[in-house]
Amino acid sequence: MTAVENVRQTNEGAQEMRSRSEIGARELLREVGSVLRMSEAEAAKLGQIPADPDEDQTMIINMGPQHPSTHGVLRLMLELQGETVLRCKPIIGYLHTGMEKTGEELTFLQGGTNVTRMDYLSPLNNELVFSMAVEKLLGIENDIPERAVWMRMLLSELNRMSSHLLFLATNGMDIGAVSMMLYGWREREEVLRFFQKVTGLRMNHNFIRPGGLAADLPAGWRDDVLTILETLPPRLAEYDILMTDQPIWRERLQGVGVITADEALALGTSGPILRSTGVAWDLRRDQPYLRYDEVEFDVIVGTYGDAFDRYAIRLNEIRESIRIVYQILDRMPLGDYRIQNKKVTPPPRARIDESMEALIHHFKIFTEGFKVPEGEVYVGIESPRGEIGCYIVSDGGPKPYRIHMRAPSFVNIQALPHMMRGGLVADAVAVISSVDPVLGEVDR
Amino acid sequence: MSDVQEAPQPETLHGSPVSYSRGQKVVHPTRAEYIKLLKKLLDDGYAMCSDLTAVDFLTHPGRELPAGIAAERFEVVLNLTSIASRDRIRVRVQVPESDATIASVFELWPGTEAMEREVFDMFGVSFDGHPDLTRILMPEDWDGHPLRKDYAVGRIPVQFKGANS
Repeated sequence: MTAVENVRQTNEGAQEMRSRSEIGARELLREVGSVLRMSEAEAAKLGQIPADPDEDQTMIINMGPQHPSTHGVLRLMLELQGETVLRCKPIIGYLHTGMEKTGEELTFLQGGTNVTRMDYLSPLNNELVFSMAVEKLLGIENDIPERAVWMRMLLSELNRMSSHLLFLATNGMDIGAVSMMLYGWREREEVLRFFQKVTGLRMNHNFIRPGGLAADLPAGWRDDVLTILETLPPRLAEYDILMTDQPIWRERLQGVGVITADEALALGTSGPILRSTGVAWDLRRDQPYLRYDEVEFDVIVGTYGDAFDRYAIRLNEIRESIRIVYQILDRMPLGDYRIQNKKVTPPPRARIDESMEALIHHFKIFTEGFKVPEGEVYVGIESPRGEIGCYIVSDGGPKPYRIHMRAPSFVNIQALPHMMRGGLVADAVAVISSVDPVLGEVDR
Repeated sequence: MSDVQEAPQPETLHGSPVSYSRGQKVVHPTRAEYIKLLKKLLDDGYAMCSDLTAVDFLTHPGRELPAGIAAERFEVVLNLTSIASRDRIRVRVQVPESDATIASVFELWPGTEAMEREVFDMFGVSFDGHPDLTRILMPEDWDGHPLRKDYAVGRIPVQFKGANS
């Protein structure tokens, strides 16, 4: 295959960034003007480069979709002048598998297996928001047993820790602190080992289900959690020595990929990106769900909105999660781990042996699923990446009529062109890493 | 003082009817009022557009809507968040199949750029005034809009561009 054919076959047409000669002020306005509320002329001036009569001084290069620092299959088209990034356009969709369409074909009971694969680094948060939306449609959101609620909080916080630990690992790797990658994966593995013990799987658990959870916590779970909680703080202190206090690390991140609070809000970003600009917006505190209003924790905010703030926020959020998990351990009640509502809960295994009706009931729930009353609902919770939302429309049947996931990475990625503008191409990697996108949920 | 009890007026917000879905507040503007209402909501402090999506009601036409709002095939749904008052509001606007266009809210919330492209890609609803309305998830040369209800599941085998079968 010749190079020309190769280019033609991978061409995404109008989705791609066009060269400067083909576009006018309007596209430049799209990238900066509308966010900064500039006039079109001002925006156009921002994009102007010194005219060089001899030759075109800019070039457009592709970064990704197969680049180790793009966290999967993110493709960025960068317009460079020397080493300066003038424009950037993310091109996504390489991992699109139509999960929202698939979701319309799965019953509410099966839906968890689908949504858990979207943000594969925080699967339990995906399941949680889906389950909460279904429960709200069913009108049973206040009847979930206390133990189930606290178990959900435990898993959600541990998942936040594992996700942020992976961020520290990949962030270190992207910036050049390669040993951090090993440490981050190592610590995350501790958490995943606990998940494996509880749910049977390291990832994609389908453990949080409408009505409660799939099973109770196994014997000895408290010791396992305590081991994690005791191991982590000294390790986090090591990270501080290795990275936070290190001049090279700071030089690499401080002042890189700056975004202001107004811009972050206008772009709809959430999670650590929004908080790095100083907006203390955390759904756990501001629109409490589960029992987050009963536990003590701080919302970590940054000041400068740069990559270093986003790194520091995530590092400290692990510490806050540890604080929350200690409180959860103190307060974990006894009781049912799922709602005893015949409509959504299959009968216990023992009943199936003695009752024909129980057998039929069990069979019906797993083949037909349960019917969910007509209506529509949106539930948003705080995932490690920001606000993850689930919008479900039900037509009264056992399958969602429409299921839409508001994926935080999908929205956050729009901030990339803005953060990269005017920076160095070497910083592009640091910026992508600090946004921490998961392409599984960007493309769904 | 008359002893005839007046029927309670249906609740409205900035002139558009309001309904509640499982306790969540939903506003139903018409297409003409859409941008005007959103501008007012933005002034009310809904500074963040969390989500913009659409639903294709082809096979489920009979749903509850406030009086005065005629059900159409498509519905564009916005979830707005107010940081100041810590609440959410949902805006649902009907878009007919015969003229599947609606004004873009890009000028109000630039963060809807990708979301509107996604709706265009998945439902074929186009947005007037959107600066770059191209497909976002599907390849540029794809036929059809996958999340429409008349787009069958599993009709097309997994396809890699240009692969020799």
